[in-house]
Amino acid sequence: MADNTVTRMDLSEAVFREVGLSRNESAQLVESVLRHISDALVRGETVKISSFGTFSVRAKSARVGRNPKTGEEVPIDPRRVLSFRPSHLMKERVAAGNRS
Amino acid sequence: MIRSELIQKIADENPHLFQRDVERIVNAIFEEITGALARGDRVELRGFGAFSVKRRDARVGRNPRTGEAVDVEEKAVPFFKTGKLLRDRLNGRQQG
Repeated sequence: MADNTVTRMDLSEAVFREVGLSRNESAQLVESVLRHISDALVRGETVKISSFGTFSVRAKSARVGRNPKTGEEVPIDPRRVLSFRPSHLMKERVAAGNRS
Repeated sequence: MIRSELIQKIADENPHLFQRDVERIVNAIFEEITGALARGDRVELRGFGAFSVKRRDARVGRNPRTGEAVDVEEKAVPFFKTGKLLRDRLNGRQQG
């Protein structure tokens, strides 16, 4: 398996290659996309990107956790967590591309 | 929010761009992420989250209808871990 890390810079580069915008504007557009997705999730919306996947926010109720090192009980507050469910297409492409 | 609504929001903020270009831009971003994962690469977007590929071992599954045992091959699956900033924002804590 390749061991490269793709970052915002690579996404901007992809935008730059796709449309004839400046690198600076390409970077801002990547930022806008991430911001809009984040803002929708913070509002509690589900973000569904066809052929990519679905981000959804789930509420977790309070529970008593345990410090695994000391065994001490600690209360865990109710919280919201994000889950990402990849689309069928993405799962297929990732499985096909990483077949050993 | 769905893909077309996301495209619309970006288009509204960038009146100097053609709608079809905004569409290509948004699609290029998601395509870059999927392509990276298909190559086995990791995608790290600080503050938002990180996409990575996890291996699932081969296992013996069961056809839920017939109860018959079936071999499931080892496979790679996409995985997303929420970034700290977004996790904090989801819980009402703003960036300090």
